[in-house]
Amino acid sequence: MKPGYLMAIAGLAGCAVAIAAGASVRDTTHAQLERGRYLVAAGDCAACHTADNGKPFAGDRPIPTPFGTLYSSNLTPDEETGIGRWSDDDFVRAMREGRRPNGDHLYPAFPYPWYTRLSRDDVLAIRAYLETLTPVKEVVRAPDLPWPMSWRESVAGWNLLFFHDGEFKPDPQRSNEWNRGAYLVEGLGHCSACHSPKNALGGVKRDEAFQGGMGEGWFATSLRPTHPEGLGAWSVDDIVSYLKTGANSRARAMGPMAEVVENSTRHLSTSDLHAMAVYLKDLPGDNDTRHPPRASDDKDALTRGRLIYLDQCAGCHMQNGEGIAKVFPPIKGNTGVHADDPTSLARLVLEGARSARTGDKPEGFAMPGFADKLTDPEIADVITYIRSSFGNQAAPVSTNKIADVRKQVAGHS
Amino acid sequence: MAQRLPAVDVVLVGFGWTASILAKELTDAGLQVLALERGIFRDTIPDFSPTSIQDELRYAVRNGLFEEPERETLTFRNSLEQTALPMRHLGSFRPGSGAGGAGVHWNGQTWRFLPSDFELRSHIAQRYGAKFIPQDMTIQDWGVTYADLEPHYDRFEYLCGISGQAGNVGGKVQEGGNPFEGARRRGYPLPPLKRGAGQVLFDKAAREAGFHPFPCPAANTSEPYQNIYGVQMGQCTFCGYCEWFGCGNYSKASPQTTVFPVLLGRDNFELRTRCEVTRVNTDSSRKRATSVTYVDAAGREFEQPAELVILCAFAQHNVHLLLLSKIGQPYDPVANKGVVGRNYAYQITSSVDVFVDQILNPFMGAGALGQAVDDFNGDLFDHGPHGFVGGGYLALWTTGGRPILQHHVPEGTPTWGGKFKRALAENYLRSASIATHGSVMSYRDAYLDLDPTYRDSYGNPMLRLTFDFHDNEHRMSDFLTARATDVAKAMRARSFHAKPRKGRYSIVPYQTTHNTGGAVMGDDPRTSVVNRYLQSWDVSNLFVMGSSVFPQNAGYNPTGTVGALTYWAAEAIKSRYLKQPGPLVSA
Amino acid sequence: MKSPSRRNLLKAVALTPAVAVIPLEAVVRSAREARAAAPAYAQPPEVYLTASELGFVEAAVARIIPNDELGPGAKEAGVGTFIDHQLAGPYGRAERWYMQGPWKQGEHEQGYQLKLTPAELYRAAIADIEQYVRGKYGNKSFAELDAKTQDDVLHELEKNDVQLAHVPADTFFNMLVDNTVEGFLADPVYGGNRDFVGWKLIGFPGPRYNYVAEIDQYGKRYDMPYVSIAGRDAAVRKG
Repeated sequence: MKPGYLMAIAGLAGCAVAIAAGASVRDTTHAQLERGRYLVAAGDCAACHTADNGKPFAGDRPIPTPFGTLYSSNLTPDEETGIGRWSDDDFVRAMREGRRPNGDHLYPAFPYPWYTRLSRDDVLAIRAYLETLTPVKEVVRAPDLPWPMSWRESVAGWNLLFFHDGEFKPDPQRSNEWNRGAYLVEGLGHCSACHSPKNALGGVKRDEAFQGGMGEGWFATSLRPTHPEGLGAWSVDDIVSYLKTGANSRARAMGPMAEVVENSTRHLSTSDLHAMAVYLKDLPGDNDTRHPPRASDDKDALTRGRLIYLDQCAGCHMQNGEGIAKVFPPIKGNTGVHADDPTSLARLVLEGARSARTGDKPEGFAMPGFADKLTDPEIADVITYIRSSFGNQAAPVSTNKIADVRKQVAGHS
Repeated sequence: MAQRLPAVDVVLVGFGWTASILAKELTDAGLQVLALERGIFRDTIPDFSPTSIQDELRYAVRNGLFEEPERETLTFRNSLEQTALPMRHLGSFRPGSGAGGAGVHWNGQTWRFLPSDFELRSHIAQRYGAKFIPQDMTIQDWGVTYADLEPHYDRFEYLCGISGQAGNVGGKVQEGGNPFEGARRRGYPLPPLKRGAGQVLFDKAAREAGFHPFPCPAANTSEPYQNIYGVQMGQCTFCGYCEWFGCGNYSKASPQTTVFPVLLGRDNFELRTRCEVTRVNTDSSRKRATSVTYVDAAGREFEQPAELVILCAFAQHNVHLLLLSKIGQPYDPVANKGVVGRNYAYQITSSVDVFVDQILNPFMGAGALGQAVDDFNGDLFDHGPHGFVGGGYLALWTTGGRPILQHHVPEGTPTWGGKFKRALAENYLRSASIATHGSVMSYRDAYLDLDPTYRDSYGNPMLRLTFDFHDNEHRMSDFLTARATDVAKAMRARSFHAKPRKGRYSIVPYQTTHNTGGAVMGDDPRTSVVNRYLQSWDVSNLFVMGSSVFPQNAGYNPTGTVGALTYWAAEAIKSRYLKQPGPLVSA
Repeated sequence: MKSPSRRNLLKAVALTPAVAVIPLEAVVRSAREARAAAPAYAQPPEVYLTASELGFVEAAVARIIPNDELGPGAKEAGVGTFIDHQLAGPYGRAERWYMQGPWKQGEHEQGYQLKLTPAELYRAAIADIEQYVRGKYGNKSFAELDAKTQDDVLHELEKNDVQLAHVPADTFFNMLVDNTVEGFLADPVYGGNRDFVGWKLIGFPGPRYNYVAEIDQYGKRYDMPYVSIAGRDAAVRKG
């Protein structure tokens, strides 16, 4: 498995919770509270801060990382176990500098390296919203990390190397929309946290940001405007559609990204999604130093893969690989099929997955898993086949890779 | 002692087609709705996954998705002289169990009844004289007309995404459709399915025989389709595993594929599975339902109060519940008194197998892929010379070519041995069957009541079915078999084998799951259990859905009419009952 | 595959559909149901028949669908194994059937009314038949008879011309023929239809899910390789 921070990026949107009457003593307007609720959706805070079967934002959710397990903080206004006693400055410092009121470092599993870009106003709006939550007494467990990481001060060293603090500065050469998009993508969206390669200490490789990376055991594809494995062929509207509904003509959000859509991005306004798309389409596409992939020319593997495809896949993805509009994504021209790292593809075939359910697309179309039905060589053959057919051009996949992913999946279930 | 739970606005017994539609419609109206389903929750993935659903032995032969007689069955006899004995394993009919009910494993054959079907007694009496109807044939008018139901048929068809060719739009006969159908406001939502080889052969032969063939209306989508609730469906790929199976790619209409996505997450809807309702409770006046009693998976008993109780279980189960709850006067066939259990009916079917030279690839099929002839349904032809009531359609269905149960061998082939093996080999790819699907009238001696001997797993008396085909049905069915033979002859096949329905009704071979009646609807509480809005005459906050309410059965699969009646009742509840709870029709 | 979302959904968040079922469902799901829920290729086979019973069954199915110039018959197809597995499983135990008394012999139209499960019926019938055969054919077992004599015996059972000691002959015979056809033509995961011999005989290529392009190629033979629900080559269950 590639080193990198496993971020829990999926989870609940607590944003539809009705604002508790009279819970706040600060002088807040309804508009600010709504803004705070919206920003919490954008940041997908509930993904980490609300446990399974837990109360909203009461924390103590286990966050697995390559280094051990952390437990998320209790963000409710409880004075003993939550952040009820924190001042506004305390909260801003936590969000933008990763420090607790007593000076303790927060581990960068909490994406303060991205939230550092937020404006003070936005952070305070988030605070105001969190203050309206029902206070919950939830004692958060201590992190389970080996030394020296168990020593919080060690984060100072990490910060020195990898934390570039500072509020977002709009670029006057760019449009308002581009700047808004940059603010969201580089801030609350924290997209590059998963969609980037990371070094052994879990820091994003800055020059390679957005070129694709591991997130929660899945490979998050490149968001660079390259083609076919990035967003090169996607229009701005394609990106908006994907974030709003989990689907467009080239891709379907599955696995952790389906949860991001369900719990976060589908709640954002179309204009904000448009801005994020404009920003993403403007990412640099020319410093991609990887070799262009080559499709397989192993005739035997392709023949085997084709037969498996017709037997097992064509029922939904159709014989011509075009899928069914609005129901099953196409294989042909599919961005995810072209991903450098086929981990996500392998997981899909092994475990299956369910599409995001949104207001417009309530169906949650699902793909079954084939772990019991197909062997590792068969899965390798059919994935190689789809990466080399219907006009697709992506590298073949080995049986060993499938075996690795199968082990990885078995370990987590 | 049953634990009493907090009240809800509406409790639905069962969670198949009728409950799913009502739950959606009534939660739309802001009501708090609870559905109690005795079976498990089921959804396309993982329960009908295309990786494992195409298993004929498991699902078609060993009944994987159906009701289990071990948990629920009935006793059966042909006539009052006999002792009814338990139906120990499924045969003649295959009710569903679990979320979606039989709506999961049906074929999708979706018809409208004829206008004359809804006013059968009046119509027959008017055309042929009252004496034409035998004394013991207890057919009656429904209390609703086709015109009443037309908008609701339309709604159900657009819910499901029916693939078909309309034959009569606004009174104008349309090319390629069923010229005999009742007038409809508009065409089907989707074009007809692509024809298979069998349908092409039948179409040509039926025309030669002087009949009017058309594509069967199918709840298998011919194209991707977004329905009236905004739910997207896929496209049928002719896998040939439709009836008995769940659809693996969202292209067969079922509660799962048409309603669940917009229903299950609603705040005002709750589903409790593995909860079996055993009783509808009424107050001391016996005119008001107060709650239902149910048993959960752990065997604990609960009392669930509700303002409105709606029976949405499968046909005969609704009747069983009424009898156990002592709602309405049970029918006594000897005294000819009472209504609950009266007028049970079914379907009478036959077939003509045809053996051709061409390869027909029967395994490429869909549940409602068929070509039909409706010339001999209802009262579409002069019955005077025949002296029977009723009719049916002919159709060459290609629902699949599943090897164990869907092979055909010519007449006289032994059932085992070398000749049998050869017949299998030579005919599997080159045979088809023309089915006849005929009406069954109601009779004084065809009914449901409580068995005096056998008890179910809760200690309640089991439901008892007394039913046989009458001479009327046999003669009508033989007439249809002869018409099917006309078509088979025009096919100029290698050979054909007419298989008329003979003898007494047997619960052993599968025929149809079209059980009807027992809680019939009508205008007169002396001969019906529910009024024209499916509301109980006795208990005004109790409604009964499903084919339980059919006064007799017509010559078509019931589901289309069941769907239409559900929408019709939902509208009555929403627009009238909720505004002023109480009887909607004065007795 | 994993259940829809690992993360629980708040009641207050009505944005994502959740099925509200009482939590008891998962807890009380019995071993039987868990077994029943698994696909066929993920269920281990069990056995029931003794060696001599299996010998009877194999000899009988060999006459019901014989090996001949058209190809292998039921015995070669592994139908004996199939029946053995079936009798050992829920079908053999009549798990879904209503098996409560009182027990009465009914009319034909009322269906099966024996107190015996299929597994018990096989055991009792085979014992009865072997006893009958030993008595009539000089202490031979059914399997030791020649084919013609075996056929004679089977015809007698079919027509109920022989009075077996404990069970009605034709009821057993009809079940045996049904099970033989099932075993010959069911998916190979169940132990019969070995190497697709049954499907090859008739020309059924195995379960697939898309014939959109082929359904209107009238008269054209479908020539894809034979396939089982367990996949192409693995016509056996995976452990």
